[in-house]
Amino acid sequence: MTSQDEAPLHRRLGLQDDEYDRIVGTLGREPNRAELAMYSVMWSEHCSYKSSKIHLKTLPIEGPAVLVGPGQDAGAVDVGDGMAAVFKMESHSHPSAIEPYQGAATGVGGIVRDIISMGARPVALLDPLMFGPLTEAKNRWLFEGVIAGIGGYGNCIGVPTVGGEIRFADAHSSNPCVNVMCVGLARAEDLVTATSLTPHVGSFMVLYGAATGRDGIGGVSVLASATLEGGAEGSRPSVQIGDPFAEKLLIEASLELIADGLLEGLQDLGGAGLTCALSESAARAGMGARLDLDAVPLREAGMEAFEILTSESQERMLAIVHPSRLDEVRAVCARWGLAIAVVAELTEGGRLEVRSGGEVVADVPARSLTDDSPEYDRPRTAPGPVRGEDPTFAPFDGDPQEALLTLLRSATIASKRWAFEQYDQIVQGNTVDGPGSDAAIVRIDGTLKGLALSADGKGRFGRLDPYLGAMHAVAEAARNVAVSGARPLAITNCLNFGDPERPEVMWQFAESIRGLRDACEALGTPVTGGNVSFYNESGDSAIDPTPVIGMLGLLEDHRLRVPSAFPRGGLVIYLLGETFAELGGSEFAEAVLDAPGGQPPALDLERERALLDMLHDAAGHVMLQSAHDCGDGGLAVTLAECAIGTGHGFAVMVPGDLPPHVTLFSESASRAVIAVEPAAEPALVALAAEHGVACERLGETGGPRAVIEGLVDVPVADLADTWAHAIPRLLGEAV
Amino acid sequence: MTAGAPRVGVVTFPGSLDDRDALRAVATMGGDPVALWHAGHDLRGVDAVILPGGFSYGDYLRAGAIAAHAPLMEEIRAFAGRGGPVLGICNGFQILCETGLLPGALIRNRSLRFICREVTLRVETAQTSVTRGLEPGETLRIPLKHGEGQWVTTPEQLPRVEGEGLVTFRYCSATGIVDADSNPNGATNNIAGVRNEAGNVVGLMPHPEHAVDPDVGPTGGQPLFAAFLESALAGARA
Repeated sequence: MTSQDEAPLHRRLGLQDDEYDRIVGTLGREPNRAELAMYSVMWSEHCSYKSSKIHLKTLPIEGPAVLVGPGQDAGAVDVGDGMAAVFKMESHSHPSAIEPYQGAATGVGGIVRDIISMGARPVALLDPLMFGPLTEAKNRWLFEGVIAGIGGYGNCIGVPTVGGEIRFADAHSSNPCVNVMCVGLARAEDLVTATSLTPHVGSFMVLYGAATGRDGIGGVSVLASATLEGGAEGSRPSVQIGDPFAEKLLIEASLELIADGLLEGLQDLGGAGLTCALSESAARAGMGARLDLDAVPLREAGMEAFEILTSESQERMLAIVHPSRLDEVRAVCARWGLAIAVVAELTEGGRLEVRSGGEVVADVPARSLTDDSPEYDRPRTAPGPVRGEDPTFAPFDGDPQEALLTLLRSATIASKRWAFEQYDQIVQGNTVDGPGSDAAIVRIDGTLKGLALSADGKGRFGRLDPYLGAMHAVAEAARNVAVSGARPLAITNCLNFGDPERPEVMWQFAESIRGLRDACEALGTPVTGGNVSFYNESGDSAIDPTPVIGMLGLLEDHRLRVPSAFPRGGLVIYLLGETFAELGGSEFAEAVLDAPGGQPPALDLERERALLDMLHDAAGHVMLQSAHDCGDGGLAVTLAECAIGTGHGFAVMVPGDLPPHVTLFSESASRAVIAVEPAAEPALVALAAEHGVACERLGETGGPRAVIEGLVDVPVADLADTWAHAIPRLLGEAV
Repeated sequence: MTAGAPRVGVVTFPGSLDDRDALRAVATMGGDPVALWHAGHDLRGVDAVILPGGFSYGDYLRAGAIAAHAPLMEEIRAFAGRGGPVLGICNGFQILCETGLLPGALIRNRSLRFICREVTLRVETAQTSVTRGLEPGETLRIPLKHGEGQWVTTPEQLPRVEGEGLVTFRYCSATGIVDADSNPNGATNNIAGVRNEAGNVVGLMPHPEHAVDPDVGPTGGQPLFAAFLESALAGARA
């Protein structure tokens, strides 16, 4: 027996001593085992946001397009024609680190249920992922398992996976980050929110979907709210097991129940299981609830009260149903082969009373679990110098062409086709642009409009400067949407950090929030919700502060979308924006110079805004033949990607008086490489001047070679081969 | 819907995923789409039937194995026996093989991974409800997406399938060459789709319903849907 087992129960459940005292104060007595389990999951970092909410409150959440802001299962924005786009991002990093397939799969399932809970049909998934280098066997196992899990689940529920970046960094070796974003569509008037439906005292709380088992007990408190130390495999029973077939039935049944007007409320069961769904539903209704555990369909006999209350068994939903509609609800669920169980009813007053075998096994105020959770202003300390030498002015006598090939081969930049091919990208028939584009474009069914979606994080910059890193993530996500011709509307996010109880991590978090706030305000893209994933560290290895931004934009006519690659020869290539001597934190510094320090590129939000506006205008005037965000790997990689996409080469001269390698590989912000017809040049130059965006003619598209005068001269096919096969080669596959 | 348009039913099983896409493709190509429900015996007077893609019943047991025993499948078997046009796409193809309406079986891709990509198909015969009017040798660009799409059969059965011209589509290169490089899943003889002896029942792994709208993909599915609607109309007139 270890000392861990001898600690008081509340500590073993992840509660602090003062949190325990607070529970005693609320109840006026010692909590029993079941009650303690309920508080431990609801007051876990994952569910309560106790370390982060004080900072999250400072984010801008209002804007003309926002229909539903933070605090609901997902945010929603107005996309016109009476339609709402609902979107949310979450992490499933901890479960995925232990069991990659099921961890990633159930992450998809969970976020999809968040969207269903809002009354929206899920129409797109994006998966931003971060792994350690593929040169290590364990990372290959994690990578392959996570990709298979995302596909295994997503492909089975009929929701296309249309995007999400995949990045690699040493810090993720022990701590992979698995984020997943889901986007749904609903008629705005049908959105299910806390205020859109009116529950009644005496209404039933109906559980439907899968039976409740012992899987995922305490997942939020055991896995998601603590660091993964050695022997984490012992936590495997806390990983949930997914059944995507059941999820598909849940989607269809839930949407039918909502369309038929049969519900007074709807909530998914995710983290903290029944306890969370019940207490949140009751607290939102301003009521209490009486729960009968004997009515909960169980997968196995002999489950204890605390297990039923905190199980995170997947594919379950909780609906509030007026007794007069119960038969209709049962009929809809039966049609989809789903059993229902009336497990609770809404009561006056605010108590959550749980019975089992006729006895009261828990009796707590519902709000004390949800709204009254602790809130901490944890200590913050700026870490010592982390930047090291700035590589920008270090001499470089290497071959620029070799450096370009090295970058195209680096896993973060190389083609992710190996992964994306394992996802169903086209089901539902509205995928205009899928994975691999700057932004995914998903047509709004039955219209010409398109949702433009991107998910971006900048851990490399975040490590060196979390404030800048967060701003870059927002700016890049917005730019990815804007180069497609769309207008960025709003964001969701997943904030991936280390242990918040370390002052350095908390400082990184607060700095990142400050960056998010400033960038979202300047770019006019409010925050509609998100998720915080702390404790991404093990041993002495913590991840870089990595806020991942999920950007949603709107394209008024998807046929006017701008492709990222050169569509043909004979076009004129321009660089929008300016290149500065900024190699700090760049992919070049890391992959070629092995010097991952320095100062990340500056970000002038006014310039960024001007570029976004100009791109949107130019697309509206059908001026752009292609446009590609200038990001990882700088100008040289951006040009190469424009050529690789279609095979059309280019010949350019790089201007300016910076050293050539700095011009080629600097990752200065607020830039895009575009191609226009020669006849459109005057209009382009005029439009750029109007918006105050620097606009420099680089050369022309055409021919089979990629030529940067005096620096690079190589067949596009060679670039394509290097880029396309890098990841299969790292995985040891014959190509 | 245009008066006189053929009525094409699309069956929804629990776990069907591309049923709405198939209904939309029928409408796009000028047919009258009719939603059919697995649990019942009502074919709603349709002139043709599509079994869509997806994971019916979660593909538990084997892909298509449970759906093959759905109540509506009895009617579809009888409908096929009367010469009615039946098209199985992906999971629908798996179901038709499980029912014995089509030869062979679909097993896991040779890579053991799910694959979603555009492929080129070569039409091998015009003697089917889906390829009538097409030229053998013609190529079509169509996406596929499946984890269990490797068509196989027994050594005894294969000569019959090949000899009687039951092979309807093969995976090929962009220029129509049938070779190992263009075989995405390890299917025997690059077989992507087969027909029954009468030619009214056809199954294929790629998804023609995702290849009728140029805004969201290639258009190789258009001639197949056009032919299928024509077959439906011909059956309706007969």
